[in-house]
Amino acid sequence: MKNQFGEINFIMTGIRKRRRRWIQVTSLLFVLTCILCCAMLLLGNTIYPIQEVIRSLSGERIAGVTFAVNTIRLPRMLAGLFAGFAFGVAGYIFQTMLRNPLANPNVLGITSGSSAAAVLCITMFHTSNAVVSFASVIAGLITVVFMYLLSRGKSFSIGRLILIGIGIQAILDAVISYLLLIGSQQDIPAALRWLNGSLNGSKIEELPPLIITVIIFTPIVLLLGKQLNILELGEQMASSLGVSTDKTRVLLIVSSVFMIAIATATTGPIAFVSFLAGPIANRLVGAGFSNILPAGLVGASLVLVADLVGQFAFVYRFPVGVITGLLGAPYLILLLIRMNRKGEL
Amino acid sequence: MDLHVPKNFKLTIIVSIILLIACIVASLAFGARVVSFQDILDGLTGKNEDSFGANIVRKRLSRTVFSLLCGAALGVSGALMQAITRNPLADPSILGVNTGASLFVVCGLAFFNISTANQYIWFALLGAALTAAFVFGIGSMGRGGATPIKLVLAGAATTAALSSLVTAILIPNSYAMDQFRFWQVGSVGSGTWNSITTFLPFLAIGILIAFISAPALNALALGDDVATGLGVRPGFLRLGGAIGGVVLCGAATALAGPIGFIGLMSTHVMRLILGPDVRFVIPMSAITGAIILTFSDVIGRLIASPGELEVGVVTAFIGAPILIILAKKSKVRSL
Repeated sequence: MKNQFGEINFIMTGIRKRRRRWIQVTSLLFVLTCILCCAMLLLGNTIYPIQEVIRSLSGERIAGVTFAVNTIRLPRMLAGLFAGFAFGVAGYIFQTMLRNPLANPNVLGITSGSSAAAVLCITMFHTSNAVVSFASVIAGLITVVFMYLLSRGKSFSIGRLILIGIGIQAILDAVISYLLLIGSQQDIPAALRWLNGSLNGSKIEELPPLIITVIIFTPIVLLLGKQLNILELGEQMASSLGVSTDKTRVLLIVSSVFMIAIATATTGPIAFVSFLAGPIANRLVGAGFSNILPAGLVGASLVLVADLVGQFAFVYRFPVGVITGLLGAPYLILLLIRMNRKGEL
Repeated sequence: MDLHVPKNFKLTIIVSIILLIACIVASLAFGARVVSFQDILDGLTGKNEDSFGANIVRKRLSRTVFSLLCGAALGVSGALMQAITRNPLADPSILGVNTGASLFVVCGLAFFNISTANQYIWFALLGAALTAAFVFGIGSMGRGGATPIKLVLAGAATTAALSSLVTAILIPNSYAMDQFRFWQVGSVGSGTWNSITTFLPFLAIGILIAFISAPALNALALGDDVATGLGVRPGFLRLGGAIGGVVLCGAATALAGPIGFIGLMSTHVMRLILGPDVRFVIPMSAITGAIILTFSDVIGRLIASPGELEVGVVTAFIGAPILIILAKKSKVRSL
């Protein structure tokens, strides 16, 4: 009897310890994200005093400051913050659900699907932002359904899913190149935005769809977070613990696709954020709790840091996607090497 | 080993030669301006020098020859890579070898001020060779050696890594960016008689290696142990085959820009029709590769008329579904 109590006690201390760690790390990430947001507003070609920045944000018109802060830096910061958060959350959900760090929306072709739809709407039909967002969500969902239909078979294997994703990505990237070519929008900034992701030229009027989507879907996925963790244990275990696996899964996928599609339609596919955020969050927090929120914060911080680095660390300004690409690609190769060594593929 | 000719061989040759001729005629005829059959004859025979159509045909002739040669090179390169890795998904573009060649050409443009096709080729070959070694290195780690999935993933990851580097090098360097865009968008359209003469020696070396190693590659398909028993040295053979494949795809990439999926498509079509004998698959892949690339180039000229779409975009569009179909088939384990 005593032994059993000891065991329960031991488990409870573990849970408490992990919960404390979760809270600590998440608050630290939150603070970090806030600092980065402030840095995005304060730094630039001219560094204005902080009081002037605050006054201009609260609506006062100060020559020079208002334009630089309200028209250029604020939209850029908000786009990075919300898109990064969306990429991080969606990436984490896919990686956790498919139990494989390689299975992120990028590799599965969802990001390319949304990009292609957005490029189509913008270059061919010159539609409004609302239509662009709507089309990219639809395209993202279609890509998911397509992937599901293609990868369904006698034996599901994650490797096959990823291979099919690579093929779909190749097709969609070809479509994007074609659209950029015939859309007479072949100027380099536009092409870079749709191939790498960039916060350059973010406009405040383009942001509402992204912000609203993140605000609506974050609570939903956070509520489903606990069930996601149970899904991770495997289908049978999840059913026997009372999780309705199909419903949870569909809800989670739809929410993630909404977030990723609208973020992609706003900033372009910022490389590797959805791939990096989850593993970094897991490493920082540890397993046991749902790391959706930390993953989102990591995603936002990644995008903001990469954008600051891209803007100020070099003589020339790099778009954010190039910096995250340079950070993320070596990690992807390392991860592959580790997985190959362990024989996980 | 005596030569057992596959039963469809004659028919395949006849059909592919007809297709080849059709592609050549289409490539000469179509474009921003469609020329008549009479113009094509005039252009080829050198009659009627002043006719506008005949002059267009002469311009298109170098492009057509160039795309035929590039397609053949990429087809053989894919067949070689599939044979030495015993992996049905091996193709220079899927394994990231093309992107490696691109990266080195870009480095050459940005840091060494290279500007001629002769210089491009050496940079591209070095890049292709290093990338191939890197990808095979990562892909063959761990249990089971180089399985198709591990190789493709290693290739995809390497492609992602190298293309970020390419962008990072290009953005601050407007000279390199211009050259690179010209190089990449030019595709087979940049094929001149000059680039063809630069290309020919590399093509000859690669194809020679492919033909010499073909019988031994058949033995390799039975497994390394059996191959050793038959007097083949697997390591040596793989090295030779890899050099052939890299020379072919590196030279093609240097002159035409990155073009994907040709090797994958042509080799699979031929293996489907003729069976697994490498001695037949390699030469027929050359012909099929030439057909597919020339056909894709014509398509690219037609759908984006009066401009043109890079041939690499067209081949990705045709080839990627084949990758998906192959991935769907359950036997993706190994050849």
